[in-house]
Amino acid sequence: MMVEPSRLSGAATEVIDSRDSRLLDVDRVSKRFVTSEGPITAVDDVSFSIAPGEFVSIIGPSGCGKSTLFNIVGGLVGDYEGRVTVAGDTIRGTHPAIGMVFQEESTFPWRTVVENVAFPLEIAGMSKQDRIERAEHFVAMVGLRGFERRYPAELSGGMRQRVALARTLASEPRILLMDEPFAALDEQTRLLLGDRVLQIQQTLKQTTLLITHNLTEAVQLSDRVLVMTYRPGRVKRVVDIHLPHPRDSEVVSSDAFGHYVAEIWHDLREEASRGIRDDESRVLEGRPRR
Amino acid sequence: MSGARIRGWIKSRVGARLIGAASALALIGLVELAIRAGMINRFIVPLPSEILTAIPRIIVEENVLHRFWQTMQEMLWASLLLAGVGILLGAVLHRFRIMRLACETWVGALAAAPIVLMYPLFLVIFGRSATTIVMIGFAAGLAPVILKTLEGLAGTRRVLLDVGRSFKLTSWQQFWKILLPAALPSVFVGLKLGLIFAMINIVGVEFLINFGGLGQLINELAERYDLPGTYGAICFVILTSVVFFATAERLERFLRPGE
Repeated sequence: MMVEPSRLSGAATEVIDSRDSRLLDVDRVSKRFVTSEGPITAVDDVSFSIAPGEFVSIIGPSGCGKSTLFNIVGGLVGDYEGRVTVAGDTIRGTHPAIGMVFQEESTFPWRTVVENVAFPLEIAGMSKQDRIERAEHFVAMVGLRGFERRYPAELSGGMRQRVALARTLASEPRILLMDEPFAALDEQTRLLLGDRVLQIQQTLKQTTLLITHNLTEAVQLSDRVLVMTYRPGRVKRVVDIHLPHPRDSEVVSSDAFGHYVAEIWHDLREEASRGIRDDESRVLEGRPRR
Repeated sequence: MSGARIRGWIKSRVGARLIGAASALALIGLVELAIRAGMINRFIVPLPSEILTAIPRIIVEENVLHRFWQTMQEMLWASLLLAGVGILLGAVLHRFRIMRLACETWVGALAAAPIVLMYPLFLVIFGRSATTIVMIGFAAGLAPVILKTLEGLAGTRRVLLDVGRSFKLTSWQQFWKILLPAALPSVFVGLKLGLIFAMINIVGVEFLINFGGLGQLINELAERYDLPGTYGAICFVILTSVVFFATAERLERFLRPGE
């Protein structure tokens, strides 16, 4: 499968999304934290937007403010500069149109798989029979049919993350926001779960924003990848991924895939090196690591 | 039976329980042998076989089942108060940081206080009645329930709370659907500790004020120097404790499945 990679875009400010319809709009967002060493800018003047049905990844080295951005877009962190809107509606706190999947294992251990997935429907006041039927649909969608009555403790890490994904999908969010959901999994499982995510995304035409530090994952899944700088986190480049749809993990063996990974790594390497150098100097100076 | 099957059986729940019971019987047998051999003074510790034969006697002559039921009822009321008030106070301390800062040390100190010595005060307030016994049991067991509830709520993983926030749960839903279920293992540790303190104090106060159930019976039998009967009555105290512990464990498994 030979697909030519697109030309990489320039600086972020020049390539704010040009699509007509913007479901999610992040406009000049900055976030500063006050620490014992003084104020730190975690995210600086970040702007991008996502069109309906689009899959966008944000990739960057540790400490680039990816998770801060996740929390801002998800409405878990307030007190930031700039504006985040969903279909024109400014986000203040968590927004019903945004469903979040967290990096850390987040299933409820006291609920079975189907009860976990039915959780948002229960909160919405749906009757027990209806919500169980609906939840079973999403359990099957993430490939866990047959495990409905199992508890999370009986499942593997990958299966638990799929439960968390199904639970978020059950709330039928307009935007799916994921923070390195497969970071704790091995590479093969991650690739296969990537297939599953792509399948779901293509079936539901689910608008998705993925935060990741994994190059393969970003290119495999995305229509567009935003590369971030090491602290303060800014959008360094935006890369449109023109790999064919429907896509699966077979795509990783294509030449085009390799080109995209190489191009993104070219930018990322510099930032990751800065992060490592910063960590090393902190250790040498006896300052706390971040 | 092959070695692997024997190991599997030993590791099963039934196997473990049978091994536990067999160990207890073996220990009792050893005590019997030690007393018969003169290693333990039989005027201090009666023969287990004598205790066993005394049990039917105290059931018939001392109305032990009625007294057992009285102590069970006192324990039941104390447990309900402990669960209701203790968990509520723990939740309040968790919700209001200022109250937590103000009270946590005092609650910790209460756990170490010999509440039973305050029985004259309780007698003045509640009279020589089962209420006094229940209230002392409740006061003695309260601190661990509050502290462990607080610990469980405070130890709830941040990500679970974030999940709740992402689904826009109200404060009440956040507490009822996430915080409390997440804290239940710790809450039950507190409850079990509270039950132990309540049991000790309930039987102790029954003994001291010569009122009520098994504690009073132990007092009477000890004064008559009926050692096998006294130890027989103590067996019923242990039985009460076992009933409450087993109930607490079943309730925990019911409320917090999947562990």
